[in-house]
Amino acid sequence: MFRRLPERKASVTIEIDGEPVSTAPGDSVAAAMLAAGIAVFRHAPVDGGLRGPWCAMGVCFECLVEIDGEPNRQACMTPVREGLRVARRTDGSEPGR
Amino acid sequence: MSVDLVIVGAGPAGMAAAVEAAEHGLSVTVLDDQPEPGGQIYRGIERAGPELTAILGEEYEAGRELAADFRSARIDYLPNSAVWRLDAGARIAFSREGSASTVSARRVLIATGAMERPMPIPGAERPGVMGAGAAQVLLKASGLVPAGRIVLAGSGPLLLLVGCQLLDAGAEVAAVLETTAGGDYLDAAPTLPRALAGWRDLARGVAMKRRLRRAGVAFRSGVRGLAATGQSVRFDGGEIACDLLLLHEGVVPQTHLSRQAGLAHRWRPEQRHWAPVADALGRTAEETLLVAGDAGGIAGARAASLSGRVAARLAAGVDPGRLIAALDRERAMRPLLDRLFRPHTALPADEALVCRCESVTAGDIRQAVRDGAMGPNQLKAFARVGMGPCQGRMCGLAAAEVIASERGLPVEEVGSFRIRPPVKPVTLGELASMEGEAADAEAL
Ligand SMILES: Cc1cc2nc3c(=O)[nH]c(=O)nc-3n(C[C@H](O)[C@H](O)[C@H](O)COP(=O)(O)OP(=O)(O)OC[C@H]3O[C@@H](n4cnc5c(N)ncnc54)[C@H](O)[C@@H]3O)c2cc1C
Ligand code: FES
Repeated sequence: MFRRLPERKASVTIEIDGEPVSTAPGDSVAAAMLAAGIAVFRHAPVDGGLRGPWCAMGVCFECLVEIDGEPNRQACMTPVREGLRVARRTDGSEPGR
Repeated sequence: MSVDLVIVGAGPAGMAAAVEAAEHGLSVTVLDDQPEPGGQIYRGIERAGPELTAILGEEYEAGRELAADFRSARIDYLPNSAVWRLDAGARIAFSREGSASTVSARRVLIATGAMERPMPIPGAERPGVMGAGAAQVLLKASGLVPAGRIVLAGSGPLLLLVGCQLLDAGAEVAAVLETTAGGDYLDAAPTLPRALAGWRDLARGVAMKRRLRRAGVAFRSGVRGLAATGQSVRFDGGEIACDLLLLHEGVVPQTHLSRQAGLAHRWRPEQRHWAPVADALGRTAEETLLVAGDAGGIAGARAASLSGRVAARLAAGVDPGRLIAALDRERAMRPLLDRLFRPHTALPADEALVCRCESVTAGDIRQAVRDGAMGPNQLKAFARVGMGPCQGRMCGLAAAEVIASERGLPVEEVGSFRIRPPVKPVTLGELASMEGEAADAEAL
């Protein structure tokens, strides 16, 4: 879905849905997830539809995920940090990672 | 804590203002919700290596010097700081890395910049559809390049710019679907007199289009009936398969903070957005509150840094002098660009989600108007529009335009959402950290 310019080197490891994912310093959690091939971040609370980031800059709130146990955090506004844990609020029915 | 000037936003407007204000001896605190300075245009500039700058070009590279000046200025710069409340009394509440604080100032400069105009076509909320600016954010901040087939749809100079940048990054741009008939104007541009204000921007638009065409990108203008399926984009008379659809219809000022602070806002019909009421130097009805950059009306990065410097001088009680003429010249380019790239006026189709948070369609809004909703604030009661976490950022403009058209009124008569603090999410933990500042209950 996305590839990374070679000049950006991955050196930070976070955990997404229990799996280790290596990301680059300066990434937001949303960028790290997209780079890992994750397009679906959550289900819309009202209609259950699949949603993912739209703005990447903090205005749309479509990128809400659980970060370090705290629900509904904006993935695009949270910088990655070694050991950070992300959990998606999905029911597993979404198209694969 | 109290300082002479608090600046909200570290884009070109906020950075230039901070440098200028510090030079005039003011104590300055800059609050910005990003981890590094740059704002939208110069995002990630300090970390950008040669590969990225080759893709993004000189205009982006120009931000490096400003960011360096900003870093070496005698200011207090607090990154990762989201401002969620601003009083006309120039008191500010913000959250930073898990705790909330307040700061007071003699003056506050609102330099919160712009966001992409949401483009509510049916299916726009699906994964695989994003703002074109969002793709650019990912490229600037993380060096991410979309893989697979990309289609860009909408209008405006940034649509073409992102298309060119993605090509230069080696992405597969299949098509650009322009909703304006503006392509035709661009084709005529070389015949226009060079003295015309805005000619240079126009010539750039032409060059970008040529570049895309040469690379084999299909172009269509005057496109209507756009809809995203997740695997393709449909439009009246066609459908194109794509892995990623990037939508863009220009940028609009981020007005949540200026509204929450109680400033009056004016509808600008030529750009189809709201902007805080301020004079040409950024002075508002509140003596304590100044505006600069795209937060005050879209005028681009050069005008943003000039207006930031003007505001800083006002705050320092120094005559802005020649900066004013330079700013006027910069702004003189806009009318032509606005006309060429005016987002088309077709309103969202009934089935399009206007309010993503509460899943409310344009059809639902039309029904609510028939049921008696007179304006955006009544829509909250009728259809929960604007009640979700985005606080109406995604639906506000489209909802007001749909209501206005249903009621046969101009948008300014229909009005906009009332915005209450906190304008950015605050956690209970962050609020708890404010205790002792004797401000928690009052701050909300
Ligand atoms: C996604 C996007 C991409 C763009 N790309 C380009 C481009 O490549 N070239 C170009 O010429 N123009 C681009 N623009 C247009 C852009 O608006 C201007 O060029 C320029 O960046 C405006 O400068 P500014 O200082 O007014 O605001 P901005 O650069 O937008 O800076 C505002 C800053 O304030 C921060 N902020 C906003 N609200 C708060 C708050 N409540 N608390 C704390 N911080 C806050 C923002 O995160 C941001 O860092 C882009 C616009 C967008 C929205
Ligand atoms: S992607 Fe829009 S808020 Fe995060």
